[in-house]
Amino acid sequence: MPHRDLITLTRMQTGQSGQVAEIRGGFGMVDRLNALGIIPGKRITKISSMFARGPVAIEVDRGQVAIGYGMANKIIIQLDQIR
Amino acid sequence: MRKILLVGNPNVGKSVLFSRLTGVHATASNYPGTTISYTQGFLKLGEEKVEVIDVPGTYTLEPTSEAEEIALQMLDTGDIVIDVVNATNMERSLYLTLQLLEKGTPVIVALNLWDDTKHRGIDIDLDKLREFLGVPVIPTVAVSGEGIKDLVEHIPKATSPDAPVRTRDERWATIGSIIDQVQHIEHRHHTWLERLQDASVKPLPGGMIAVVVLICAFLVIRFIGESLIGYVLDPLFNNLWAPVVIWLSNLMGGSGFLHDIVVGTVAGGEVNFVESFGLLTSGLYVPFAMVLPYIISFYLVLGLLEDVGYLPRLAVLMDTVMHWLGLHGYAIIPTLLGLGCNVPAVLATRILESKRERFIASTLVAIAVPCAALQAMIFGLVGERGGQYVAIVYGTLFVVWVILGIILNHAVKGFSPELLIEIPPYRLPPWRIVLQKLWMRVYGFLAEAIPIILGAIVVINMLYSLRVFDAIASFTAPVVTGLLGLPKEAVTSLIIGFLRKDVALGMLAPLALTAKQLVVASVVLAMFFPCIATFVVLLRELGVVYLLKSAGVMILAALVTGGMLNLIL
Repeated sequence: MPHRDLITLTRMQTGQSGQVAEIRGGFGMVDRLNALGIIPGKRITKISSMFARGPVAIEVDRGQVAIGYGMANKIIIQLDQIR
Repeated sequence: MRKILLVGNPNVGKSVLFSRLTGVHATASNYPGTTISYTQGFLKLGEEKVEVIDVPGTYTLEPTSEAEEIALQMLDTGDIVIDVVNATNMERSLYLTLQLLEKGTPVIVALNLWDDTKHRGIDIDLDKLREFLGVPVIPTVAVSGEGIKDLVEHIPKATSPDAPVRTRDERWATIGSIIDQVQHIEHRHHTWLERLQDASVKPLPGGMIAVVVLICAFLVIRFIGESLIGYVLDPLFNNLWAPVVIWLSNLMGGSGFLHDIVVGTVAGGEVNFVESFGLLTSGLYVPFAMVLPYIISFYLVLGLLEDVGYLPRLAVLMDTVMHWLGLHGYAIIPTLLGLGCNVPAVLATRILESKRERFIASTLVAIAVPCAALQAMIFGLVGERGGQYVAIVYGTLFVVWVILGIILNHAVKGFSPELLIEIPPYRLPPWRIVLQKLWMRVYGFLAEAIPIILGAIVVINMLYSLRVFDAIASFTAPVVTGLLGLPKEAVTSLIIGFLRKDVALGMLAPLALTAKQLVVASVVLAMFFPCIATFVVLLRELGVVYLLKSAGVMILAALVTGGMLNLIL
């Protein structure tokens, strides 16, 4: 797997899609994300991010979820290949 | 009596379904020992009457919050579970469904928001879904009532399929294969509503939308409140009630101890409902004609914003600002609630994860967020002197909210957790639900406020005639007169503020204060101490030690701010 495709959720561009590759957080964070269906392998699309280290909004399944900056920074995404 | 539990994720229309099943006779209760509230009602299943309980929304039975823990405990008491599944997002809902099937309680699935699937291009094979889950699945549209009869008829057929206990990964794998075979999605272009949804969480358009929404909310609240006062309640009191009061006053001889308590001071055959301070004059006029109209309009607008699904978006937009105050965006919800009444606001701080956040949020609410009752009086009394003075009061409170938040964020140990919330799609709430919620809140205000207001008026009148206030006034004169520049009679009002803030501000009316004094008094009254109801809730939520800390912050902040206003203005 080429590493250049891996990127944190915060550094993803608005409108980009990808798959959750890894969640680099403790059990509490993994549990809370799991409850909202954000698990490794899940496809997501970034909808927006606020400036000044604000939260990131993503689309997962057909719902939207807002994730605080610090947490979003620990979610690693494998970007879709753009051809 | 058998118990039916309504279980499901937040934002899937569970409460609407509940109200469809049980009709209007629902009661809200607190789960013993907590402030997590749930609603219960009754339903007729043929000849049998069963209890229906609306369990707090949860995503999982592996609890990640207190509300979810309560939901888990309530599950063990139920005979049948109605699992409300979001038909437009089965991937998320089914996780909870699988967990429920593992528990062994008979389950029936209500596949709600069924009408939304069609125009979102989602096709669900119901028979296959029933086969996979092994329980009845009934498509419903709670908002219109479609499928409810079918659901009720199938409740006795709820079954427990003895599902194996799975690990987390196994559950997601099962969901994946169910979705693959049951659900077919046709790609649709974004509708304008979806575009608006996305725009409202983007920084620039979202910020503009927020400003427009908040300004509109404010204008609508004022318009409804003022119309109710000007066209309904003032005419009622002045034309119908005033003659009765005058007649009664004459009957009681126009003066005397009892007369003063019941009617108050009536000068020259004219009733001044704000200043007279009798049970039948100010005691009724303040709650019904000055405060109630704003309570109604505020909770109507707030309820609409809640049910449309706007508040989570505001939380996203405000997250960065709230982090400066040691909170995250979700804390905007208790703050907004506080503009109605501080009591539910302090209770709502429960949605925040840590004790530190709850302390900061509830202290800020108690100090810098004036409740609707107090605001109504500020508009009524300070507004009389000119809009700029109202603006000074609000501006000061806002600045205090920010500065104090930043100070508390640095002074209180710990860190602020991260925001993580679902952003529900915009929905048009049914009026029935909006009005039902409004009624519960207005009724709550009346039941809480009227006895305290009437009691406060009796107490004030008695203390007046015993000259207790004079003693306290001379004792505290250096602070009140020296630091705040208020006449010493204003002390009475500050003390009464502990009972009811609206009554307290009303007591300033006969003192002939200058506009500046009125501004200082309003700000100090708002910040100084929460009313007794809020105080009790703070005690319950924070415990004695934190309450004392919070109270210390309040007194200090109120004196510093009041003193500074006195110097600057």
